[in-house]
Amino acid sequence: MSNDDQLEIEVNGVTLPARKGQMLIEATDAAGIYIPRFCYHEKLSIAANCRMCLVEVEKAPKPLPACATPVMDGMKVFTASARAISAQKATMEFLLINHPLDCPICDQGGECELQDLAMGYGRGVSRYSERKRVVRDKNLGPLISTDMTRCIHCTRCVRFGQEIAGIQELGTTGRGEHTQIGTYVEKSVDHEMSGNIIDLCPVGALNNKPYRFSARAWEMTQHASVAAHDCVGSNMFAHVYNGIAKRIVPQPNEAINETWLSDRDRFSFEGIYAADRLQSPRIRIDGEWRDCGWDEALSAVAEGLKGIAADHGPEQISGLISPSATSEEHFLFARLLRGLGSVNIDHRIRRVDFHGQEADPVAPGLGMTLADLEAQQALLVVGSDLRQEVPIAAHRVRKAAVAGADVFFVNPGNYEYLFPVAGYLDTTSSSIIDELAGLVRAAFARTETRPDANLAEVLAAAEVRPEHEAAVAKLIAAERATVLLGLIAGRHPGYSRIRMLAAALAAATGAQVGSLTEGANSGGAAMAGTLPHRICGGAAAETTGLNAAEIIAAPTRGMVLMGIEPELDCANAEGLLERLADTLFCVVVTPFATPAMETYASVLLPVGTFAETAGSYLNAAGEQQEFSGFATPVGAARPGWKILRVLGNLCAVDGFDYVSAAEVTQALAAVCEDSEPSIENTGQLAPAVAGFDEGGLRVPIYAVDAVVRRARSLQLTKWGESVPDISKPADAA
Amino acid sequence: MRIGYLYKTLFLSELRAGLGVTWRNLFRPKFTIQYPEEKTPQSPRFRGLHAQRRYPNGEERCIACKLCEAVCPALAITIESEVAADGTRRTKRYDIDLFKCIFCGFCEEACPVDAIVETRIHEYHMERRGENILTKDKLLAIGDKYEAMIAADKAADAEYR
Repeated sequence: MSNDDQLEIEVNGVTLPARKGQMLIEATDAAGIYIPRFCYHEKLSIAANCRMCLVEVEKAPKPLPACATPVMDGMKVFTASARAISAQKATMEFLLINHPLDCPICDQGGECELQDLAMGYGRGVSRYSERKRVVRDKNLGPLISTDMTRCIHCTRCVRFGQEIAGIQELGTTGRGEHTQIGTYVEKSVDHEMSGNIIDLCPVGALNNKPYRFSARAWEMTQHASVAAHDCVGSNMFAHVYNGIAKRIVPQPNEAINETWLSDRDRFSFEGIYAADRLQSPRIRIDGEWRDCGWDEALSAVAEGLKGIAADHGPEQISGLISPSATSEEHFLFARLLRGLGSVNIDHRIRRVDFHGQEADPVAPGLGMTLADLEAQQALLVVGSDLRQEVPIAAHRVRKAAVAGADVFFVNPGNYEYLFPVAGYLDTTSSSIIDELAGLVRAAFARTETRPDANLAEVLAAAEVRPEHEAAVAKLIAAERATVLLGLIAGRHPGYSRIRMLAAALAAATGAQVGSLTEGANSGGAAMAGTLPHRICGGAAAETTGLNAAEIIAAPTRGMVLMGIEPELDCANAEGLLERLADTLFCVVVTPFATPAMETYASVLLPVGTFAETAGSYLNAAGEQQEFSGFATPVGAARPGWKILRVLGNLCAVDGFDYVSAAEVTQALAAVCEDSEPSIENTGQLAPAVAGFDEGGLRVPIYAVDAVVRRARSLQLTKWGESVPDISKPADAA
Repeated sequence: MRIGYLYKTLFLSELRAGLGVTWRNLFRPKFTIQYPEEKTPQSPRFRGLHAQRRYPNGEERCIACKLCEAVCPALAITIESEVAADGTRRTKRYDIDLFKCIFCGFCEEACPVDAIVETRIHEYHMERRGENILTKDKLLAIGDKYEAMIAADKAADAEYR
């Protein structure tokens, strides 16, 4: 920024610095001078239609809206002069003409921008005695409730749809007093971030439907936490009433989720109060299930695992853990199993191709911050239904695309992205691998690179089409370009090939490679050592154990499952339940008890969900985020790290003397050293696979983990109905 | 000083003054009433046992806004709200703990719909543990029973509000 851009304005007699082109309200906000507003929002375009931010500007004939008045050098502004205040009061009187006085039954009551400002700028008594306007409520689906009579037409929700979501789901119809906000044609609002319009609405017109009428803003406590369903780790606040989570709202963090939160993160907490929550430890004795105390259950587990190790050898014990478990749980899980002598530990339960896993990055991830992702000029997204997989990352990519970046997709289907896409490279007829090979060949031809032996074999059959040439040209031309591997790529049976091709393409075009990761904590899991070939901190293990695919294909005699429903969370799970039922001893550490679990488990241990446990997540951008539980655990559920700690002691494994999650975090941090995620070429490749439905690798947005699958409101949405074979929970307790 | 003291002591003047009050009141009209046959008059603002009112069509007034719960200085009110079958905001639970209640009347003042009121009933007792909790059903029953009295009291006091 050159000095020419800097200018000075005078607000209420105080000189403030400002930037050319800035609006007045931005300069005053930066200086902490408050100007009332409804329609202005820093992340949205300027509408200037509420008129609440009128201020007096010297030499201006009328008060001017601060949100739409550009600063000028030497301008003198008065935000609280008699003229400004009278203009603001007059605006408030007009706004209140049609606003109903139903604050006592309005969920926004107590946290309402209109209510707050009416205290400051409203008259005690209304002068308006005519009939108030009444507007019919719209049905916007299961997530958002409407009371449209309360609407003051700030159009924040409309602008959110246009500018942030990319699909205008809400619009205004009619003029003047007849203006209405609605969907025009009766339909639900389906965007995966649509819940944000609840926060944007300055009045109670758009509200949180699952939360409707259940609590008041002033009686809840607010706890900072981290979202647990995608690799971004959005920051959020949980609002808790008597230990029960009532709703989740975003916690602004410019580096991660800005001011947004995806619907999945916002509404998933309903799942923790699902009817099939496991209330106490359960144990199977002679085929009969019964509830038992923690002491009995934990000693049964310790005896069982030690028995398996003694009778069949420790290599007959394996453990699978959810990639969304906390780093602390991963750390202790790996330590427990390794302490028992087992090396069969994995968290990559949806991955099937483990060729060349030794070259995996120590902590897989984007290799860049989310802000960097937004700043890319060309992006090639490989195998990702971005919006469904990681809505916040999709938003960043969208921002890049809107700013002019060329975004190309190599996907098994043409998913909807809601931003200008430079090219869909058709994979409906071929496979991701063939398409990538075409791109790499085009890149090599252009840069005159000679493929090494490994690549030559893969590239031999590749066909180069003009679209490939065009995409490669853009990637080469862009100063900042990235090849982004999505979750579909990670689940692909030819992942090792995809990865190698992506690396080759990136090297040839000067782009970076990043990958989106499964669950909330794949990075943390890899660091903590829940891998068959690595120990905590990323060092190679002495012996490489069975990976997730091998364990799923042939479970060992003793099994430890943590935080997963194997039939729904694992790849290639057909017949898995029968195979698990044949094991000798299967411990399931789970928040939920399903009928399926009772067929194969020996002991069920109730564990706290992300809402009930302290821990930390390492997100795809490499950021370690710690959080503590906000809700009272349901039933006898205990945080996972405590369960594992006691199990460690009972199994007489060393290093389980932690008394708090923070101590575990410190111990983990002491072992781990930061290492840059990288994707390397590797000599080991998966055999060529063809002729299967790549689209089947897609996991629907609201089916990613056990908690989300039980979130009632999410399952009622458009995306929820496409979730296969999930028992819809009964009314939450 | 000394002489005055001697005079008062000698002629028992303080005793006389005291007995004078006794004699004077002996012949005055009496304030004592024969409770419970007789009762003192009550103000329409008397703050006694709580009640919840209904609209004339039978619809309960309370809208679960929780303002009474928020204003209650003794934390005697516990409310849980829900979406009723007809889509309105209603209480699922509305409990007043009479042991905690200090009968300040703030709940009545805070109520935007005149749902919670304090009636003039002050003669009640509890026999078993737990009867100190006035539940929503009990409150509504009291309201139904004494609606005529509550309405008359409200009307009498209306011009001062």
